[in-house]
Amino acid sequence: MKVLVAVKRVIDYNVKVRVKPDNTDVDLNNVKMAMNPFCEIAVEEAVRLKEKGIASEIVVVSIGPKVAQEQIRTSMALGADRGILIETEDKLESLTVARLLQAVVEKEEPQLILMGKQTIDSDNNQTGQMLGALTGMAQGTFASDVAIDGDKVKVTREVDGGLRIVTLELPAIVTTDLRLNEPRYATLPNIMKAKRKPLAIMTPADLGVTMESTQTLLKVVPPAERQAGIKVADVAELVEKLKNEAKVL
Amino acid sequence: MSILVIAEHDNATLKGATLNVLAAAAEIGGDVDVLVAGSGCQTVVDAAAAVAGVAKVLVADNAVYEHQLGEVMGDLVANIGTGYSHILAPATTTGKDLLPRAAALLGVNMLSDVIEVVAADTFSRPVYAGNAVATYQSNDAIKVLTIRATGFDAVAATGGSATIEAVDFVSAYGKSVFLSEELAKSDRPELTAAKVVVAGGRGMQNGDNFAMLFDMADKMGAAVGASRAAVDAGFVPNDLQVGQTGKIVAPELYIAVGISGAIQHLAGMKDSKVIVAINKDEEAPIFQVADYGLVADLFDAVPELDKLV
Repeated sequence: MKVLVAVKRVIDYNVKVRVKPDNTDVDLNNVKMAMNPFCEIAVEEAVRLKEKGIASEIVVVSIGPKVAQEQIRTSMALGADRGILIETEDKLESLTVARLLQAVVEKEEPQLILMGKQTIDSDNNQTGQMLGALTGMAQGTFASDVAIDGDKVKVTREVDGGLRIVTLELPAIVTTDLRLNEPRYATLPNIMKAKRKPLAIMTPADLGVTMESTQTLLKVVPPAERQAGIKVADVAELVEKLKNEAKVL
Repeated sequence: MSILVIAEHDNATLKGATLNVLAAAAEIGGDVDVLVAGSGCQTVVDAAAAVAGVAKVLVADNAVYEHQLGEVMGDLVANIGTGYSHILAPATTTGKDLLPRAAALLGVNMLSDVIEVVAADTFSRPVYAGNAVATYQSNDAIKVLTIRATGFDAVAATGGSATIEAVDFVSAYGKSVFLSEELAKSDRPELTAAKVVVAGGRGMQNGDNFAMLFDMADKMGAAVGASRAAVDAGFVPNDLQVGQTGKIVAPELYIAVGISGAIQHLAGMKDSKVIVAINKDEEAPIFQVADYGLVADLFDAVPELDKLV
């Protein structure tokens, strides 16, 4: 079966995020960019399905500027077969991203769509669910286990109270949580091989999707700073402070 | 303006997060209706109708809504949501699963994890794992928001007398089926609602050592939480995780034991009223947000603390 994986280029998770002095946005000038960690988990899961002989082809799609090709190549080095970049410099809102992905899904007709549950830049956690609505597919969100069973997929979901298992009819959408798997590192020969894999570039217009924006970013500020308190010498002093100063015991 | 709030419940109890969402709705202003969708959920309906400030409780009591699957809930909310100016749900895994689906069906964008209502169309929310707070103006016809409970003080659970109205719409969606659930059973308070949280990190070394945190928590009437490192290492189950991708908590007292304080963890607990950190590494970043820091071996300090609380 064909698996479609959506990946996003975001600020590297190790980079310290700074807000611009004029409070218009965060400063992304000259910062290291990388694949969103949740997307990496989605790619890894697809590759594992291929290694098990369940997936026959892995197509990776990304939406963003030309340089987002890097993240598609990274996915290919990890095991994806081919890539699609929907090239746009526009600001991306979840519903537009879902519409673009819907157009790709209609063209590619994958049996399984894997994507991260959220990106570490906007932290929205929306696109997979929105794609589910637009395509009518079932959604297994926040997955920590994925098991294909004939024309169905059994998804273990991480929910507030613990774990929940659902069965979804294929084609379906699965969004990954942190504990689904531990992504591998790309090897040098695979990085070289990835350079020769096919990568198609198209525009939103090619897919018949108009880029729309319904949200205006007014300002971005650093979070309220919390001041460090005091160090206590021992447990007795701690308990005394909690009782008499903070009055929380 | 008219606001629809999606109730968080388990068919038996109305969850506290709903009251925080209702506080956000009150800040937006206007008539507030609550949707209770479930199966055999009359006690929840009664509880919702008694909450201060609720005009109407809409009830979709049907077997298809028993597990509040995102697909059927999305259908339902999109069906009844068209007449509202705002649709709000708690930023829980249930709310996060269903609301984007409903928004896309309604053809609108949404804002997740709202922590502040600036105006009826303008809202603030944390981005970049809590390293920045962004304020957005929404131009969508219907404003769809998940609300982070810690951003708003709960409204009173009593004092209201809302009218109750049945919803006829039954989703025919059949491509997803609930199979089973493994929910943590515990007499301890819920992590997101507890007044005191005792949390352990990688410094606990293994799952067995968490027993001493559970013992102390029971004595204090506290909930137990954990850092992502402790969950990833398999010390405790995922539902204990506090942090940007886990639960967001803001108790009166948060005791971080053997937690270094990665930014992702801080994002989940830095709004706590009083933070205590116990860590043997005095350079640990957790001390930068702690009101009271104790540099000590947790295996000495916790048993001693347990005796004194």
